[in-house]
Amino acid sequence: MPGKLKAKIVAGRHLPVMDRASDLTDAFVEVKFGNTTFKTDVCPKSLNPQWNSEWFKFEVDDEDLQDEPLQITVLDHDTYSANDAIGKVYIDIDPLLYSEAASVISGWFPIYDTIHGIRGEINVIVKVELFNDLNRFRQSSCGVKFFCTTCIPQCYRATLVHGFVEELVVNEDPEYQWIDRIRTPRASNEARQRLISLMSGELQRKIGLKVLEMGGNAVVGYLQCFDLEGESGLVVRAIGTACTLDKLSSGSAPNTNTHMHPNTAPASNACNSPSKDGKEPVFVEDLPSSSGPPTPFRALPTSSSPPPFSPSKPCSRQSSSSDTDLSLTPKTEEPHSVRCRPGIFLCPSSPILSTDTLSLPGSGSVGCGRGSNPRATTSAPLSSIQSDSALLRKSVSFTEDLLLAASGMGSGGSAGKEAGPLRTLLRQQTQTALEQREFPFFTLTSFPPGFLLHVGGVVSARSVKLLDRIHNPDEPETRDAWWEEIRQEIKSHARALGCHAVVGYSESTSICEEVCILSASGTAAILNPRYMREGCLDIGCTDHRFEEPSPPNCGFCHIPYDELNMPFPAQLTYCYHCRRQKVPDVLFTTIDLPSEAAVAGKGCLIQARLCRLKKKAQGEANATAISNLLPFMEYELHTQLMNKLKLRSMNALFGLHIQISVGENMLLGLASATGVYLTALPAPGGIQIAGKTPGDLSSEHISSIQKRINDTIAVNKELYQINPPELAEEGVGSPIPEPRHRSRLFRSHSESSDELSELDLSHGKKDAFVLEIDDTDAVEDIHSLLIDAPPPTGFYSCNTENMPGISNWTSGVQMFTSVRVLRLSNANLTNQGLNKIFTDLCENLLKSFYFKLRSMIPCCLCHLNFTVAVPEEELIQVTVTAVAMTYDKEQTQEKTAEKPVNKGSLEAEEQLQFPLELCADSSSSNIQTASKISGVGESTNMSPRAASVDYGSFADRCSTWLELLRLKAHTIRRGSVKTSRRTQSLAHSVSSLERCSPLQEGRSRSLRSSRSFGGSSVTVVKMTPLSFLPGTRIIKYLGIINMFFIRETTSLREEGGVSGFLHSFIAEVFAMVRAHVAALGGNAVVSYSMKECVFMENPNKNQAQCLINVSGDAVICISETDQESSASTANTGQTGGSETDGAT
Amino acid sequence: MSVELDVFVGNTTIMDEEVYQLWLDGYTVNDAVKVRMEGGVMDECEASKDVLLSDTMDQYRTFQMCERLLHSPAKLANQLLFQIPPHRQIMLIERYYAFDDTFVREVLGKKLSKGTKKDLDDISAKTSVTLKSCRRQFDNFKRVFKVVEELKGPLVENIRQHFLLSDKLARDYAAIVFFANNRFETGKRKLQYLSFQDFAFCAGQLISNWTVGAVDNMVEDMDEHAFQTLPSLRGKTKVFIEMEGSFKNLSRGLINIAAKLTNTKDVRDFFIDLVEKFIEPCRSDRWSAADMKLYLTHYTNSAHILDTFKHQVVWDRYMGVVKSCIFKMYHD
Repeated sequence: MPGKLKAKIVAGRHLPVMDRASDLTDAFVEVKFGNTTFKTDVCPKSLNPQWNSEWFKFEVDDEDLQDEPLQITVLDHDTYSANDAIGKVYIDIDPLLYSEAASVISGWFPIYDTIHGIRGEINVIVKVELFNDLNRFRQSSCGVKFFCTTCIPQCYRATLVHGFVEELVVNEDPEYQWIDRIRTPRASNEARQRLISLMSGELQRKIGLKVLEMGGNAVVGYLQCFDLEGESGLVVRAIGTACTLDKLSSGSAPNTNTHMHPNTAPASNACNSPSKDGKEPVFVEDLPSSSGPPTPFRALPTSSSPPPFSPSKPCSRQSSSSDTDLSLTPKTEEPHSVRCRPGIFLCPSSPILSTDTLSLPGSGSVGCGRGSNPRATTSAPLSSIQSDSALLRKSVSFTEDLLLAASGMGSGGSAGKEAGPLRTLLRQQTQTALEQREFPFFTLTSFPPGFLLHVGGVVSARSVKLLDRIHNPDEPETRDAWWEEIRQEIKSHARALGCHAVVGYSESTSICEEVCILSASGTAAILNPRYMREGCLDIGCTDHRFEEPSPPNCGFCHIPYDELNMPFPAQLTYCYHCRRQKVPDVLFTTIDLPSEAAVAGKGCLIQARLCRLKKKAQGEANATAISNLLPFMEYELHTQLMNKLKLRSMNALFGLHIQISVGENMLLGLASATGVYLTALPAPGGIQIAGKTPGDLSSEHISSIQKRINDTIAVNKELYQINPPELAEEGVGSPIPEPRHRSRLFRSHSESSDELSELDLSHGKKDAFVLEIDDTDAVEDIHSLLIDAPPPTGFYSCNTENMPGISNWTSGVQMFTSVRVLRLSNANLTNQGLNKIFTDLCENLLKSFYFKLRSMIPCCLCHLNFTVAVPEEELIQVTVTAVAMTYDKEQTQEKTAEKPVNKGSLEAEEQLQFPLELCADSSSSNIQTASKISGVGESTNMSPRAASVDYGSFADRCSTWLELLRLKAHTIRRGSVKTSRRTQSLAHSVSSLERCSPLQEGRSRSLRSSRSFGGSSVTVVKMTPLSFLPGTRIIKYLGIINMFFIRETTSLREEGGVSGFLHSFIAEVFAMVRAHVAALGGNAVVSYSMKECVFMENPNKNQAQCLINVSGDAVICISETDQESSASTANTGQTGGSETDGAT
Repeated sequence: MSVELDVFVGNTTIMDEEVYQLWLDGYTVNDAVKVRMEGGVMDECEASKDVLLSDTMDQYRTFQMCERLLHSPAKLANQLLFQIPPHRQIMLIERYYAFDDTFVREVLGKKLSKGTKKDLDDISAKTSVTLKSCRRQFDNFKRVFKVVEELKGPLVENIRQHFLLSDKLARDYAAIVFFANNRFETGKRKLQYLSFQDFAFCAGQLISNWTVGAVDNMVEDMDEHAFQTLPSLRGKTKVFIEMEGSFKNLSRGLINIAAKLTNTKDVRDFFIDLVEKFIEPCRSDRWSAADMKLYLTHYTNSAHILDTFKHQVVWDRYMGVVKSCIFKMYHD
């Protein structure tokens, strides 16, 4: 019984008129949690009722706290007939369950009805008292933080990245249950909303459990999706990256680990206690849930993780001793893995697997005392092993046996101080751990500098499945097996690229009737093992010597695979930066551009669009037809991307996202990415047109096309300011023989069977950049290639977090969502015709955005996220969410020099460990190169990486300065919190005072009106799909926002047709997100995304229905420039809100 | 192939002031697109007609959704549906409640009833203000009238607070409400030369000087006691009128107007009386505005010279207003 939930209903406003006779409403409220319901009194005849209820108390399990939403229903009391529902508010109380987030939810929430939309607002206060739970076998995971953000959150520091977590839960869709025939649409919608809310709560709790098992305390890059499988059920699935995060609080100096989490603090102890190290690994085969006394090594109770495949399972461990130790458990035999290998797992220690340290405020500082001076422990030079490990890293990816041997070797071949051998061992074990982790996947897309060593390329897998009813929702084996299969495939692709990890990983589905396409994609990469284990940051300095010093601004481009044993034909050259390593000619990735990467010019959005008709079919035949089409679609999308990239004279794609949607009679493919010119990669060649044949195409025609293409390339070079530094050719290595068009896209498709087929997407013998015109289709293709209009002057666009080449954002931010549905005419359309229509649709959307946002010029559309769907036979739906941000045009001219791109500099302070460390490692070796190449020198703003050669003094200076600043900020924050409380209570008293005085009294009215327009009384909540807001610093993450809404109408025409209906629904969704964030005390949502927007209409019946799922991170952010004033204004803004709230 | 659905929703509601004005002016979407195209907005951002149409539709929808809120502007500030920066909110309200002087001149002093609303199409034809815009303006008048009708306190201030209008606009609305309530006759041919602003000014004078303590808004509550004393002046001022000799008629006119003010029905004719009894004679005598001013000033002051004259305060109060009204109304 570890939690007490308290809720208080304060007041309502703007209620709808429920009684036509009196034009008033007799409202009361039902507050429900689990199976307990409370009611307020009826507030008769008022549209602005004041309930001021008592505190309703629910005593519940924390498991329920995580799963259930608080449900508030506003009703109109009717003496003679049944009470009419006005609407509902669902409040997710998860943010209250961890101490670092919000402490109270208080504010105005829109009252939402699935038929009528928002109908007034209600003021609610919710609090949670969480008791300490020491029960080890509990099913809750309170205290695990969730972040949608796909990078390390701004005010945190990752001490450890554990890896991939996934989970899915299934249920019957209420919409398809028999009861739906007899209940009202409203009841059906509410049942669905509630179920999905419950399921996401459960999912989050289960993922949290896995994270706790792994020893982490947070999930970053949390991605939750719904599969509405219709008859066969409802699947909610989520993936994420488990991490151990430390809050960078104001008191802690950034370069000492004062604020270390107790779990991770004893890292160095581990190294110093040889008796418990990995030399004598204890192999435990799936022990039953252990209830015995705490022992240093214990296998995880498997029963606690219901799904059969949990990557985290084998590597978790509990220990009651405060001492730290290594847990070495073998990999349990997996049904799908061919090899059964004894693995060594390293994982962080967790003193007591309970949330006490997390859920009790203040206890986070327990670890403070343990702060160790990093330089004391990091001084063990281990250069002797350097070559070994370098070799190891390369070979590791390919042979596991070798790896195991190597890890043994590592432990033997160490020298140096006492901690030395162990550290070596640790390192290799991490490597091994990463290698043998079931899925070494990371949903993150941007990383701390130095994390990413090399990038291989995009790996993706798709599979077509036939849906069948999920018979036992508690054992969703088939769905798990499907994903397992795909992940295995991704893993093997990554391995083929010589990589041990997949970053920027994501999964998606497309469902049409009973056919479902499952897709997964990511970027194969080699990561820096430092971040895979505990205490990594303390010993970062020495650790670095294991690595070959690869300059940060080109290192990630270097190929991870063996040059002689390439997984695909590729054209390699020596890196144009360091001249030491080989790089490919083109690089495709799903991640964001690393902040340290050197680019020339600006980036731009590149899209490939494709439509393919398919015959209508049923069941197996349909699935076969689709899976036969898939490879061709991928091939064409890829070719389009490649051509468009060349056309823009760029050589790398970031944030690549390929979506294939299935409809009854067609498949839609949309690939979006941000093109960029990486200076480390060779300059792209042009595109050549080769006329092969038909008499009707004269050579003049060809040459005219060629000219157009060349002109376009020239124009684009100008437009994106691509003037790479001219490099002498001498150093460039000889290209690998057999220069070919290369594809880094690994893809395979499989039907319902396990059949796997791989297809080399290369163009065979054809030269890379030659386009052949052999029929009219080819001409069409080329025309369509040229049709993409560049954005108008003053605009740039990208689909990644950072806009390559622009970093000086100003404060203008406008997030928007746009939906467009196109109805195709009945005419028999060809593939070509469809392609044209689809391309025009996307292009016109972009043009519309540019026009609408023209007042923001100069501005950049960032994180343009296109989603396509085929909701009905002849409909194409495109949904776009993006953010427009203004930037300072003047400064961009000299931009590339200041490498730490926006976030880089933003975070530099917060994540100072990384840059400092990095500058320590690399200052001696590559400061010259860095300055030479990027022209940074000792330039401009105190970018620590570039400017500090004297590590020690700089760090000291920096730390004291920062400490001072933080302390200041901290006191200010604390102070302002107090004031806000005080003013709040004051506001309440004012409001009550006003309430009792009749409205006619001039005095109270004048009091009310005096503030009429002083400032907006509603807290302004900014929203952005990015992980940051320009010009601000995030000081607190308040919790994840994950909301699901259904809206239905039976009076479509009256609501302004489909557009009017959807327009108001999207506006309502925004409003509800903002209200929840404001109630948590936040003023912004970052990493916002609209996961789902399913729209169905039946104009003949005057009906429409829409489902929307949105998510994001609620945060408090303050202006970077003046911390003090803005911090206080943020608070006054809030109190201002409550004041006016009270007054109304 | 047709666009079935097309929406664009920003977190901060995007509103183009130009499109807002077109919407307020009652243009249809297609007409608005035409106007915008002629305005040259297409050259910005290489927009096509489709883009313009889509944008205009979006904005029109937004405005329609906002309209409900604009009916009670106080709600706009604390509603949650649209995130609109405060300065935008002010702009939205101010423009929504703005009106055409030509239109308001037509309905000034009329009863804000359904009957009048039915005649709006005639007014629309006469003033070439679109019917849609006429309806909005008329409904605005009516809404403001209804709200302040039951409120006590200074009229202008009440309007300003409840509708969050600027001072100027609030004064204009006060004038409209004042005229509508007292049903002043403004439609006579002789009054046609007067603009709304002339009337608004006079209304302002009347409201601030003749309503009870300038606290209550209606003329029924005009300080009747004060005016009841005026008839008793008649006899006494005879002497004084004779003193002024040549201005006998004018003087008598003014006194008669004053006397009539006690009767609510006659109050309606206040303006027509001013024109007929004073302004027209003066005009036919080709008085300049300066002459007029001189005359009225001396006329007012001369009352003080009379020892027998006991109602100095009332006299000043009356003459002050009449004087400034006449100044304002004395033009071509």
